[in-house]
Amino acid sequence: MSELYDIVASSAFWIAVLRIATPLIFGTLGVLLCERAGVLNLGIEGIMVAGAFTGWLAVFQGADLWTGVLVAAMVGALLGLVHASLTVWLGVSQHVSGLGLTLLAASLAAYAYRVSFPTVSSPPTIEAFAPLEALSAVPLIGPALGAQTAMTILALMLVPIVGWTLQRTPAGLAVRMAGENPAAVEAQGLSVLAVRTSAVMAGSALMGVAGAFLTLSAFNAFFFNMVNGRGWICVALVVFASWRPGKALLGALLFAAFDALQLRLQQSSGLLPVTLPYQLYLMLPYLLSIVALVVMARRAAYPQALMKPYRKGER
Amino acid sequence: MTRSIRRRLLATGLALAASSLLPFPAAAASKIKVAAIYTVPVEQQWVSRIHKALEAAKARNEIDYVFSENVANADYERVMRQYAESGNTLIVGEAFAVEAAARKVARDYPGTAFLLGSSGKAQAPNFSVFDNYIQEPAYLTGMIAGGISKSGKIGMVGGYPIPEVNRLMHAFMAGALEVNPKVSFTVSFIGSWFDPPKAKEAAFAMIDKGVDVLYAERFGVSDAARERGVLAIGNVIDTQPQYPDTVVASALWHMEPTVSAAIAAVRAGKFVAEDYGKYSTQRFGGASLAPLGTFEKKIPAALMAKVKAREKAILEGSFIVKVVETEPKSN
Repeated sequence: MSELYDIVASSAFWIAVLRIATPLIFGTLGVLLCERAGVLNLGIEGIMVAGAFTGWLAVFQGADLWTGVLVAAMVGALLGLVHASLTVWLGVSQHVSGLGLTLLAASLAAYAYRVSFPTVSSPPTIEAFAPLEALSAVPLIGPALGAQTAMTILALMLVPIVGWTLQRTPAGLAVRMAGENPAAVEAQGLSVLAVRTSAVMAGSALMGVAGAFLTLSAFNAFFFNMVNGRGWICVALVVFASWRPGKALLGALLFAAFDALQLRLQQSSGLLPVTLPYQLYLMLPYLLSIVALVVMARRAAYPQALMKPYRKGER
Repeated sequence: MTRSIRRRLLATGLALAASSLLPFPAAAASKIKVAAIYTVPVEQQWVSRIHKALEAAKARNEIDYVFSENVANADYERVMRQYAESGNTLIVGEAFAVEAAARKVARDYPGTAFLLGSSGKAQAPNFSVFDNYIQEPAYLTGMIAGGISKSGKIGMVGGYPIPEVNRLMHAFMAGALEVNPKVSFTVSFIGSWFDPPKAKEAAFAMIDKGVDVLYAERFGVSDAARERGVLAIGNVIDTQPQYPDTVVASALWHMEPTVSAAIAAVRAGKFVAEDYGKYSTQRFGGASLAPLGTFEKKIPAALMAKVKAREKAILEGSFIVKVVETEPKSN
């Protein structure tokens, strides 16, 4: 057991946790924004791929890193607009539209990549975000923060910002109403369609940034399949979080901790008396997430108007 | 005098030109149509070697070359049939995840030659197999790794423990153990071929445990090594140009001998089902230890002498690197 304690008590472990959690935090906040307005966005996996590609491409073409992040956010918002047009304005099935968007965005990114780089032998690279070493001076959590890039700090800062916006501002109230009781939004003289569209676009922008983290910070090149299911994790984490930003952060950190732990458990042979197949370790974060989901979801109060298209004047 | 020489030259020239036409009347026409089907993008290390060899054959005007990349396993059979139907005489690809389907297609098109990466056996009459049997240079890079590791801890990050990954890892480990019997290994699989951020995380975790030489089977591992100032060993492709201070040596795979042999067989009308595996060994020029490049002066001469002696023994056939395909474990 002491080896397990050594792993969890090391700053290297927490550095890895924050790094693994960052794309999940962006993505989960994105899904959360969409769903609080009543729209399920299964386009996340594809939007992340598109964000990862476009953000990276912008930087590769000479833009600076933050411009790359902005480009990824804009591409995300644009794809969000596609999803909103289909689901909010036309009332199409949100599942179908979202999955369709994932396929479209991921394939489009792959296609655009091949058109831009027809004959490369190894993936072209950029100079990615560097760790903010100045933060190492912060007491207690300094060592873990100092190894992170600015994008991780941005993700952590976004959690209270999104929470505060949702709970304390008129715009946040409108979003929450659109997800709970759209008729009330209408009664306020606001357009449900406009509120939902804006929320989906903002959420999708965050998904684009989540993807960009992979190519601009975690790594420095783009690969077709590099998002590798992270988007789907975010969809599950929102349920785990009961649609609350604070708990979303907790969920993302928990999942990342399980992942960082399984990588280390896989590598320490002396911890367990038997050698387990590596697949079991890879399963660990998903298994534990399902357990956590079961425990948490029992009390989850999901937005009442989630996945219900709003048609004006309809009762 | 000069005139007679010129005339004679002209005559021999004409004769040569004529004779060059005569024995190979179909030289231009025998440019064969080759199609390749890859389940991953052509940047992926393994596939990039096949793509490169076929591109080279195309540049030599030996073949017409078309390819499809990123083909899902579920679509593989359909794409194979499509290429067979459209008159390609040689179809190259990877059958690992689609063995049964690929063999079925080969049976349906007996007039087409199939050369597929496979862990299985060749299937008569037209289904030949190949793979990256580069365990020899992998053994040599292992010797280098064992010799330069100060902590005696070597880390290996792989995608999935499939035979073509395992045998290289085992050869690498055996090489390291020959030089330093006390060396210990940490092995991790990330369950994906394409997740560099995850490969990086696995490598970081190893470095935190004291590993100072990493076997970079996946993209991402060398990046972790560079960021933390430890060394890495390349596999299949030479990545030293991208990581001049990190990648010490690489075990290279050359697909050219395999491709040339297959093209020659198809041209001669003598393509039969056989195992092309041997063309990927050092003796046939299918594998090699990459030039040390930036690490030329940094590796102890005594160590390099041992490596060179082993390489010589391998080339002479007096030393055979054992092929072990079970899943490697940490120790």
